Amino acid sequence: MSIYGEVPLAAPVAVFKLTADFRDDQNTKKVNLGVGAYRTDEGQPWVLPVVRKVEKMIADDHSLNHEYLPILGLPEFRSSASKIALGEDSPAIKENRVGAVQCLGGTGALKIGAEFLRRWYNGTDNTKTPVYVSAPTWENHNAVFSNAGFEDIRPYKYWDAGKRGLDLTGFLGDLEGAPEHSIFVLHACAHNPTGTDPTREQWKQISEVMKRKNLFAFFDSAYQGFASGDLEKDAWAVRYFVSEGFELFCAQSFSKNFGLYNERVGNLTVVGRDQDNVNRVLSQMEKIVRITWSNPPSQGARLVAITLNTPQLFAEWKDNVKTMADRVLLMRAQLKEKLKALGTPGTWEHITEQIGMFSFTGLNPKQVEYMVKEKHIYLMASGRINMCGLTSKNIDYVAESIHEAVTKVQ
Amino acid sequence: MALFKTTKFVSSFGSFTPSFAAFPSRASSWWAEVQMGPPDPILGVTEAFKRDTNSKKMNLGVGAYRDDNGKPYVLNCVRKAEALIASKMLDKEYLGIGGLGEFTKACAELALGPDSEVLQGKRSITVQTISGTGSLRIGANFLSRFHTVARDVYLPKPSWGNHTPIFRDAGLQLKAYRYYDPATCGFDFSGALDDISKIPEHSIIMLHACAHNPTGVDPRPEQWKELSTVIKNRKLLVFFDMAYQGFASGDIDRDAWAVRYFIEQGHNILLSQSFAKNMGLYGERVGGFTVVCGDTEEAKRVESQLKILIRPIYSNPPMNGARIASTILNTPELRSTWLEEVKGMADRIIKMREMLVTNLKNEGSTHNWQHVTDQIGMFCFTGLKPEQVERLTKEFSVYMTKDGRISVAGVTSGNVGYLAHAIHQVTK
Repeated sequence: MSIYGEVPLAAPVAVFKLTADFRDDQNTKKVNLGVGAYRTDEGQPWVLPVVRKVEKMIADDHSLNHEYLPILGLPEFRSSASKIALGEDSPAIKENRVGAVQCLGGTGALKIGAEFLRRWYNGTDNTKTPVYVSAPTWENHNAVFSNAGFEDIRPYKYWDAGKRGLDLTGFLGDLEGAPEHSIFVLHACAHNPTGTDPTREQWKQISEVMKRKNLFAFFDSAYQGFASGDLEKDAWAVRYFVSEGFELFCAQSFSKNFGLYNERVGNLTVVGRDQDNVNRVLSQMEKIVRITWSNPPSQGARLVAITLNTPQLFAEWKDNVKTMADRVLLMRAQLKEKLKALGTPGTWEHITEQIGMFSFTGLNPKQVEYMVKEKHIYLMASGRINMCGLTSKNIDYVAESIHEAVTKVQ
Repeated sequence: MALFKTTKFVSSFGSFTPSFAAFPSRASSWWAEVQMGPPDPILGVTEAFKRDTNSKKMNLGVGAYRDDNGKPYVLNCVRKAEALIASKMLDKEYLGIGGLGEFTKACAELALGPDSEVLQGKRSITVQTISGTGSLRIGANFLSRFHTVARDVYLPKPSWGNHTPIFRDAGLQLKAYRYYDPATCGFDFSGALDDISKIPEHSIIMLHACAHNPTGVDPRPEQWKELSTVIKNRKLLVFFDMAYQGFASGDIDRDAWAVRYFIEQGHNILLSQSFAKNMGLYGERVGGFTVVCGDTEEAKRVESQLKILIRPIYSNPPMNGARIASTILNTPELRSTWLEEVKGMADRIIKMREMLVTNLKNEGSTHNWQHVTDQIGMFCFTGLKPEQVERLTKEFSVYMTKDGRISVAGVTSGNVGYLAHAIHQVTK
């Protein structure tokens, strides 16, 4: 007779199960196009050279210790991270109406933001306030918000499977139809999983409706710099919203653009009307942090802070980021060319039109199953592939396999 | 005029013009109704301490170890482990949701003992957590979701200040059992037994494994045995918080005795561990959460649900601290060094307790200060009243929390005389 007798076995998180299956696969041609982490052309993880350098600096600095960080995190990390998102010359920063909370990765930043919004956003009980996430979206968005107590999480139209692009009309329609004060989770760039971002003109239209309908903008920025290779370009949407007067949250992750996946480096940037409002918001976020993880881990934040605040290291970092982004762009271009050369049915322009780590190939579940089972190429059931998993050595095999899947399996 | 021109120039590039007027109905902020959160009482102590210009000032609020020079102490085994790790040029790939396997295994062994039947029978699950707080939070969330037979968590009176808001936020109710006896500055054993014997069946009871925070008062082994019996009779679910293993007595097995005894007695416990203090890894956030189950199959089910709870909070835990802790625990030479160092820290604390009592006697104090040496761990409940604490702060620049708790870690051979003098002045 156990107290846990009724605890059911939970299904494993899909993306990690995929990697586990890949690991167990003995086939020599296997390719992992699942989990979102950068890989070199040798298919290896890549610790950024600037990271190795700064790590050594930290290790050699015996004046550093392992004392607790403040609850809100390392101050020089928070401010420099927010600057990255909002821009060095951000009027909001100059006007002292920006605050930040160092969090455990992008997930942690979303979590603290969600918990705060549920308690304080529009009155003190936002359990019924609708939260909109894109259809499709990162699979953990839903859980973050529902675990924070939001009971009404809805999709907003985003991906048009037919035309393999953004369903702007649907998106704008859902914005127009959303109850006032609804919260919208927006992907700042390199939409996960589709790789499809609104153009600047489209962002302007989105912003206009959101302003008019009093909707809250909660940006998820996990790929800044990684999408186009240019930090400023990738932050355009967030900065535009700030310039349009929005009070917003931006959950930043440094997992991908710094390659610091396992150090859990994230930042929740808060833009408010004025300093007083931001201070009160931070004071309440502090209370939430205290009962969740007390204070954040120091290693990754130190590393990022030193890099961002040292001009030479900052330049090196930007260069490392561009290296990663460029390799992805190259793989995109080559995959498209190969599919075209093979005469694979369908259009494949979306492969180069999409941006960032992921591509929504358009493969249907049966075709995906074929890829996994017959070709030992591991991708998500949604048809999402991680472009970083492609290398000059496996790209032909992948292109041929996609060709087979599309022609043999309907 | 210049402004007008600038605007034209800017808009011809399709660039930004701040437009607060575009929110006609929201000239104020979304956050206008957000109240300022109350200041953290302990942080408040540190803030005030920082502002104080008295050269003799003492910060006895801080819950972090200090060496005899009052400085933070990075353990040698930690430095060595860090160097070892650096030389391996490891990658930074995501850990699994449950954390670093070599860490969780060593973490469980440290608490339960290498010969633990639980570990041999593979009937427990340990996940890596964000230090002790993160562990308690995951535990609270797990209980809230799955321990549907009872919603009450019984804490000792008093307990660590953060226990209450953590469990409350997870949706559980907080109750208390008598623990600290202000008359003796010791353990209210009969009060505890009395209260616990009346706790409704299946409720959750929180026990501090060693070095009770904030009082420093721990039950003796014979007392633990009786507690175990009563708790078993009431069919209570035991949740141990062990944040000071090794740090209390200097002996890791002695400090884990209660945990291991309860398991032997058949309690399938929940356990939170922290490596903040005993390895000095405070800011690296190293901890573990363990659930002892009936069998392997049950442990697998529980593990799967813990992952579901963790993923929407922070996805997976940070590597650095866990890697350091794991290297220390799993490298014999480093493990020995660690055991020596943790004993060194515990010994210094014990010595400071003794010196404080000796100095108080030398000052001429006639009060009974035995509790200062009877109590164990980082904290000491002095028995000082709020007015006395206030005088200590105002007149002597000695900072502590209002409940009379001092962090013995803040006492050094250089300042213990001053402290004794100050305490005597406000209590004579």
